[in-house]
Amino acid sequence: MIREFGFAEFLFLLEGARWTVVLSLLAFTLGGALGLAVALGRTSNWTVLRGIMAVYIQIFQGTPLLVQLFFVYFGLPLLGFKVDVWVALTVGLSLHASAFLGEIWRGSIQAVPDGQGEAARALGIGYVHRMIDVVLPQAFRIGLPATIGFLVNLIKGTALAALLGLTELTRSGQLMANITFQPLQVYGAVGLIYFFICLPLTYFSTRVERRLNAAR
Amino acid sequence: MHYTFDFAPVFAAWPMLLSGAIMTLKISAISMVLGLMLGVVFVLMRMSKLPPVRMIAVGYTELIRNTPFLVQVFFIYFGMPSLGIRLGGEEAAILAMTLNCAAYAAEIVRGGVQSIRPGQIEAGRALGMHTIDIYRFIVFRPAIRAVYPALCSQFILMMLNSSLVASVSAEELTYMAQTLDAQTFRSFEIYLVLGAIYLLLSQFFSVALQIVGRTYFSYPAK
Repeated sequence: MIREFGFAEFLFLLEGARWTVVLSLLAFTLGGALGLAVALGRTSNWTVLRGIMAVYIQIFQGTPLLVQLFFVYFGLPLLGFKVDVWVALTVGLSLHASAFLGEIWRGSIQAVPDGQGEAARALGIGYVHRMIDVVLPQAFRIGLPATIGFLVNLIKGTALAALLGLTELTRSGQLMANITFQPLQVYGAVGLIYFFICLPLTYFSTRVERRLNAAR
Repeated sequence: MHYTFDFAPVFAAWPMLLSGAIMTLKISAISMVLGLMLGVVFVLMRMSKLPPVRMIAVGYTELIRNTPFLVQVFFIYFGMPSLGIRLGGEEAAILAMTLNCAAYAAEIVRGGVQSIRPGQIEAGRALGMHTIDIYRFIVFRPAIRAVYPALCSQFILMMLNSSLVASVSAEELTYMAQTLDAQTFRSFEIYLVLGAIYLLLSQFFSVALQIVGRTYFSYPAK
């Protein structure tokens, strides 16, 4: 018997959506922490570190996310780690996020007027506190719209987890499409769920951007 | 942990990878051109005086920009046949990429159009220029020139995203790599080489798009 795409089937998709959200948050948090390090490295006074970070960013921005994920998935076992799909995806998406967030935050850090950092230095404030208390809070404001914009991209990027076999929203959609033979309705519903996850973020990002521009 | 790297089977299959890379180049280039053209249409729709026309354009761009490309590809390839539209992998890929590209291009070009001051258009009208010429030379060309770098990075992202159409058996670069993987089981080596090829492709597009920009969107030399 072929199942119809009804309410119970829709709930199955929502259950998959839960893992999409979890995976996005995991990758965003870990990628954010790593991305901060990348941004600081990219803006440091140390030429070698700046160069390494530039290459790191270039590699992740110049290759497809799918290839990065496959690479991590097949590469980690060679380093002696036993990986399941979750670990590989979290690592892969976090690395991807760190490069993109690093580049966004590098821009924000450089957009903070030089005088701010110089004034802090003139007051004898060391690097750590200069960054934590003076530069980064201002950079955070500047970088907020682009950061949320990237979060939306990251949520959409987790759809690729389906191709590695993790049953998140897109994979649930694939399974449901195979069971019900109604791919149009199923993928339409999957798209709408993503839409309602991402739209508030997009809207928020545009609003923040407009407010920041108005302040200038 | 002992693993001996063996790149020989990967490099031996270079004709396969080359044909895949050419396919990636081809479908990316086609959808960039078509996507930009369709994007301009959406910008025009957003400038329309009729609210429903504007709403369709806004709804379209938001819908595309807030759903994953992979889902869009699945929707077109697996979903459209139930509407009676059956597409091959390659056609579905080009259609999905064009539709996706159009939404992003529309959003970027719209930003450029907003930077054109009304006085420019009024000056054009005062000079007796035809409406089409005003849109062509005074609105869109300077607008695209202003946002060209953003447009280029979006195009390159699109090219990288084209790796996803491997999942609907469009025979581009990633599809070839996956086929090769199934034949040789040299997954790590294959994806390392694949990454390097994509890196080259994105550099290539970056340079090529700059040359195109200089030819079509630069100010005419005196």
